[in-house]
Amino acid sequence: MSAVAVTRPRSRKRLRKAGWNALALLVLAVMVFPVYWMVTTAFKPGHDILSYTPQFFPTHPVLSNFTDAVHQQFFWNAVKNSLIVTSVVVVLSLVLAFLAALALAKFSFYGRKPFIVVILGVQMVPLAALIIPLYIMMSRLHEVDKLSGVIVMYLTFALPFAVWTLRGFLLGVPKELEESAMVDGATRFGAFVRILLPLLGPGLVATSIFAFILAWNEFIIAYVFLHTPEKQTLMVWLASFTTLRGTDWGPLMAGATLCALPVIIFFLLVQRKIAFGLTAGAVKG
Amino acid sequence: MASVAESGYIPASRRRRFSRRRVGHAAAPYLLLTPAAAVIGLVLAYPLYLLVKMSFQKYGLFELIRHKGRWVGTANYASIFHDGEFWRVVLRTLVFTAACVSLTMILGTAIALLLLQVSRWVRIALTTGLVLVWAVPVIVAVNIWRWMVDYQFGVANWTLTKLHLGNFVRHDWFANPWTGFGVFTLLIVWGAIPFVTITVYAGLAQVPHELLEAAAIDGARPWAIFREVTLPLLKPIFVILTSLSIIWDFQVFQQIWVMLDSRPSSDYYTMAIYAFHQSFQISEYGLGAAIAVVMVLFMFAATLVYLRQMLRTGEVN
Repeated sequence: MSAVAVTRPRSRKRLRKAGWNALALLVLAVMVFPVYWMVTTAFKPGHDILSYTPQFFPTHPVLSNFTDAVHQQFFWNAVKNSLIVTSVVVVLSLVLAFLAALALAKFSFYGRKPFIVVILGVQMVPLAALIIPLYIMMSRLHEVDKLSGVIVMYLTFALPFAVWTLRGFLLGVPKELEESAMVDGATRFGAFVRILLPLLGPGLVATSIFAFILAWNEFIIAYVFLHTPEKQTLMVWLASFTTLRGTDWGPLMAGATLCALPVIIFFLLVQRKIAFGLTAGAVKG
Repeated sequence: MASVAESGYIPASRRRRFSRRRVGHAAAPYLLLTPAAAVIGLVLAYPLYLLVKMSFQKYGLFELIRHKGRWVGTANYASIFHDGEFWRVVLRTLVFTAACVSLTMILGTAIALLLLQVSRWVRIALTTGLVLVWAVPVIVAVNIWRWMVDYQFGVANWTLTKLHLGNFVRHDWFANPWTGFGVFTLLIVWGAIPFVTITVYAGLAQVPHELLEAAAIDGARPWAIFREVTLPLLKPIFVILTSLSIIWDFQVFQQIWVMLDSRPSSDYYTMAIYAFHQSFQISEYGLGAAIAVVMVLFMFAATLVYLRQMLRTGEVN
């Protein structure tokens, strides 16, 4: 009798858990479906794509869509441009943001708080509004249709987040740690390289990934500022894919998969840091 | 120069140790800040000033070539405020933003709460799936959705017809702006849920267990616990996420632009598209700037809320 009384609530609990699990798996299926659909379409032959009954599991995967996509006009130009823009933005934003974060975290000086407000506030200025004066300004500086102009703009949009994140990480380094290193005879620079840098590693990684994703994914600026097809980045290439050739879904999805791949890899590597960077200290226990 | 300005702000107790090294020390933060500040000033502050200035100018193709606008006072504002189209666009943008933000926040939070209830392997699977969705670049996402809702071979029409929800064979979702914006809402909410869910979940994980257990022992029901314990603790996160979502969704541009082949009909104009159309398509940069200024003002409220919360959170760090 008593055994039944004990097991009943437990089995009800297990049942409830199974229900939640099933619901969660349903949510997972719905959320992931678009990505799944992109990848499977990319591997389907043309007649399977253009069929009135969609094929949910590709039976004859082919690679022809991918070869079509990479042989599209300007694909390799776009890859090169995206790589140049992205890598320059990552390196420059890391250096500039680190210097600024150092100032904000380790010094108290007049104008510190206003600068923080500016850093946080400029993130909020809508790009869609700024694009008009930016275009006027860049055309005066003869930076329209040049990668360098686009790089400077991306750099600016990457900086606020980068400064804020690195500042958080720098604040997390206990002062005693640096001081004890200096007492032990290390120079300020030595203390920096041996103590600070390793502790900042995750912050530097998160920041560079953020800059990478921003520069890789950005569309509006690249679309407005880069007119010549040889100078366009991957996202502009992808957006103009359909307008050039009607809708050739197979190669389009293959191209989309290729454009998304680097970002997906990086995201899966560092997602935890990005999410926790925002919330660190936000909840007061 | 910076160090002189600085000297007044060093506490009296430290002033007597004011040596040469101290002066260098005082200038250091300004030197460190200069590069970042210069870039931000060039690409954000100056254009912002230029935007406001241009909104009071006639700035067409002729002025673009001459690199100089012609002052017209408030004529641009008068012209957009007397334009029925402008108010329709404002209303459309506001309704669309409200729909996207509320759906994103509700669904995102619901999934975060769901994550607390499930087994470990399910949780890992779902978070990985969410990160995967989060990582999809917007332009890629737009192309996927465009393919899914394709009027002829799209999987959406086929599925809805099979589920007997109506005849969707060759149904064009964008023929009617209501269903068209329905698709845009789904696309944006789908893309925004992962960020909200993962952030809220990270916050939920920081809520002390003892608090929840104490509430449960006191006989509080789950919903009451959520409302009375969890929600107040997570308020900072909700404030930040909601204001960020408002800011992002209010300036929606690329989803609509790319989905509709860079030529959306005026039924699909949001404020960002309207400003873009006025300036880059019919070369009325002054009018476009005035619309953009109104847009910035609309978003100012959300920005203020965000800023206050971020600064408070930052102080805790």
